[in-house]
Amino acid sequence: MTALHWATISPFLLAILIPFLYKYVRRIHTGWFVLIVPLVLFIYFLSFLPVTANGDAVMRSVPWVPSLGISFDLYIDGLSLLFALLISGIGTLVVLYSVYYLSKHKEKLNNFYVYLLLFMGAMLGVVLSDNLIVLYVFWEITSISSALLISYWFHREKSTYGAQKSMYITVFGGLSMLGGFSLLYVMTGTFSVRVIIANVDLVATSSLFLPAMILILLGAFTKSAQFPFHIWLPDAMEAPTPVSAYLHSATMVKAGIYLVARVTPIFGGAAEWFWIISLVGLTTLIWGSISAVRQKDLKSILAFSTVSQLGMIMSLLGVGSVAYYFNDGDNALYTTAILAAVFHLINHATFKGSLFMTAGIIDHETGTRDIRKLGGLMTLMPITATVSLIGLAAMAGLPPFNGFLSKELFFTAMVNVTEYGIFSVETWGIVLPVLAWIASIFTFLYCAILFFKTFTGKFQPEKLAVKEVHEAPFGMLLSPIILGSLVVIFGLFPNILAYTLVEPAMAAILPGILEPGEQFYVNIYHWHGFILELWMTIGVIAIGTLLFLTMKKWSQSAFYRSEQDIFNHIYDSGYNGLIKGSQVLTRVQMTGMLRDYFLYMCTFIVLIIGYTMIRYDAFAINTDNLSPIDPYMWIVAILLVVSVVAVPFINNRITAIIVAGVAGFLVALIFTIFRAPDLALTQLLVETVSVILFMLVFYHLPDLRKEKIKPSFKLINLIVSIAVGVMITLVSLSAFALGSETNFTSIAAYFIENSKVLAGGYNIVNVILVDFRGLDTMLEILVLGIAALGVVSLIKLRLKGSEDV
Amino acid sequence: MKQLRPNDMMLQVSMRLITLIIFAFSFYLFLAGHNNPGGGFIGGLMTASAILVLYLAFDMKTITKAIPFNFTTMIGVGLLFAVFTGIASMLYGFPFLTQFFDYFQFPVFGEVELTTALPFDLGVYLVVVGAALTIILAIAEDDK
Repeated sequence: MTALHWATISPFLLAILIPFLYKYVRRIHTGWFVLIVPLVLFIYFLSFLPVTANGDAVMRSVPWVPSLGISFDLYIDGLSLLFALLISGIGTLVVLYSVYYLSKHKEKLNNFYVYLLLFMGAMLGVVLSDNLIVLYVFWEITSISSALLISYWFHREKSTYGAQKSMYITVFGGLSMLGGFSLLYVMTGTFSVRVIIANVDLVATSSLFLPAMILILLGAFTKSAQFPFHIWLPDAMEAPTPVSAYLHSATMVKAGIYLVARVTPIFGGAAEWFWIISLVGLTTLIWGSISAVRQKDLKSILAFSTVSQLGMIMSLLGVGSVAYYFNDGDNALYTTAILAAVFHLINHATFKGSLFMTAGIIDHETGTRDIRKLGGLMTLMPITATVSLIGLAAMAGLPPFNGFLSKELFFTAMVNVTEYGIFSVETWGIVLPVLAWIASIFTFLYCAILFFKTFTGKFQPEKLAVKEVHEAPFGMLLSPIILGSLVVIFGLFPNILAYTLVEPAMAAILPGILEPGEQFYVNIYHWHGFILELWMTIGVIAIGTLLFLTMKKWSQSAFYRSEQDIFNHIYDSGYNGLIKGSQVLTRVQMTGMLRDYFLYMCTFIVLIIGYTMIRYDAFAINTDNLSPIDPYMWIVAILLVVSVVAVPFINNRITAIIVAGVAGFLVALIFTIFRAPDLALTQLLVETVSVILFMLVFYHLPDLRKEKIKPSFKLINLIVSIAVGVMITLVSLSAFALGSETNFTSIAAYFIENSKVLAGGYNIVNVILVDFRGLDTMLEILVLGIAALGVVSLIKLRLKGSEDV
Repeated sequence: MKQLRPNDMMLQVSMRLITLIIFAFSFYLFLAGHNNPGGGFIGGLMTASAILVLYLAFDMKTITKAIPFNFTTMIGVGLLFAVFTGIASMLYGFPFLTQFFDYFQFPVFGEVELTTALPFDLGVYLVVVGAALTIILAIAEDDK
């Protein structure tokens, strides 16, 4: 464990302490303790800036499951450092904000901060892990902690609905992604991203290339709320606003972007990669921006706007992947898109973070987020209004804010596509800049709606729940002000980011393109002259303003009135169908009769073993080398068969128990004959204990009755029982035949030789149990313990009478 | 189980003796496990049956007084034993659950082999006793 490892898991460690701090230090808001972690982490990660700026990377390893090629490797390059700084930096501001947002008297702060820290650690793990399996584990923890945070106010029905929805969609994607990772392992034999990138030829020539790519993209698209999986994000807005600002705009939803950027060196350069990501990204961009216009809730607008901005970054990554096709790092024609993606990622975190926080302030101070009830807040909340204005202007792409710069770069990248001359862009490429431009108009429009409907117009105190509206306390304003200032600073001096963060991140997304020792040279500036991109921006502003001014006319249309996304209906009906379907299925098979379940299991065992044996032509009977059977063995065997066959025909319970016991003791006898004292002892004891158990429950059992059973049912039971017996006999005979035909050395020899030498015991059975296969034993006793608890809870907590489950 | 509680002097007196013998034998089985037939599983089952035999002869209250263990807790304690033996080897830089053994000279017993597998096996023993008794007593106590 290195310092980097401790840093990554430090949020988890603090999370353990939070419940105690909350319980015993009630006087101080728990948030103040939490604040330390992201702040220290931010400073710690800043110390890596010089390393990545030189184009170097840091790698720290700790083996975890070496036999499966899984090790806890942490890797810091430009891309992961950028995300780590975002996570810790925005995390610091969000925690600070939450201290003022969540009351220490009313809210369950322990839950909130445990989930938040869980998320923070997991997110750091996602962006820092080099090993795909470790990345996957952290990825799923972010899904879980996100769902927990969405359902933080779990007594609200909408919160649990949103949490469930986000969980289903992101975990579905996560599992597909795991499938994709496994395919990568099949192709390359490693889970390490570094090694896979080094052996990228193996992937490119494999027939699994496309399946792996689609599976991994499913993971990225669900997490980053790409069309048509975006529906979970607006419902996630039921979470407390600090969570929305942190998880659902600045960090977690960007995990998908991170993943796509991370695997671009593996899949980039393929036409499918280019088209899928670009088109999905642009569809998300335009769908999100149009949907945002229709929303009436501040956070819903911001949610759809996040969806659309994520689509924009995603499409840029798709377009930028052609750099691999041309393998030409010097040519800005191909790399501008990646530059725009990285730059906009930072910008989006700053302005969207501040916007969510101001929306939270408005909600906190007025008691509503409905823009139809708000208005005229500019004079009442001047600081909030200013910060919002800055953030919205940046989002709309107005100079001199940072959003303008990245929007211009975005247009440049999309216009460049038409000049590529590959992947049939000459016919379809023009779609990209046109879609981008239309989406930008709607972006401008909803930004205008958001600002003017909230802060200008008539103040309507009669519609608000609170009596007096005033500016938020300074502590609450601090975080949005810091983020707002960053919007301005990055807008005016974009190149302070260019050398420190953007260039190393680009180099990390596009490794191997540059000559060794070379670097990307990024210079972002405002004025390019009267070129196409500027005219596009002017067009956006002109048409956007026009649409806003004519809003009264089109706001009566059916399009504007319905807020619901049609994909929600698909999700809801699919979800209900799933529940109904599983209920039907359960009712068919869960009869409540043990013998039915036993019948299913036996049938399944026979079928699956039979299929495998026939499929591999494995049945074989070899009667050579059989030892003679002693007469007393015949007696034992016949007694055993008789006692087993007799049990079903006995109608007296106590006789049945005794006869079944006879069978058990005879088995113990067979063990003794074959010199297996441990097995014999165990069998004897098990029989004894179960006989005692029978005695204890005897009086609770009803009398055995002669049942009227259909002959067909009996026949099926008979066939299945015989089939099981025949199958097991055949399998053991085949196993014997296999052993005598081939030079299959039995594993027993190893244990016999090493039992004394390695483990110091003569009893091989016991040595295997406690030493060679100790882990199995440990898990077995765990199962035993769980079974015991299960029996206890089944009996003691049994429902009485008409109670419903 | 009311019907199964005859106030039978003979049974109770003989059970006291028999149980003691079974206890001793089960403990022997448990310790002998490494080199002879026995071990945590078998020893545990035998101890469980010894206690069960007691339950046949005496009523619940008497036994709860005589054996003041919570068998459900015993499962947890056993699991902890097993896990911590595993973790102990990690503290010395070996993989989880690496077992060690060595021979020591003791004044009365002479040379004795001590293994780290023993505390692990003790965990198994406790879980088996705890689980068996928890299950059976839960069923037996269920008079409804």
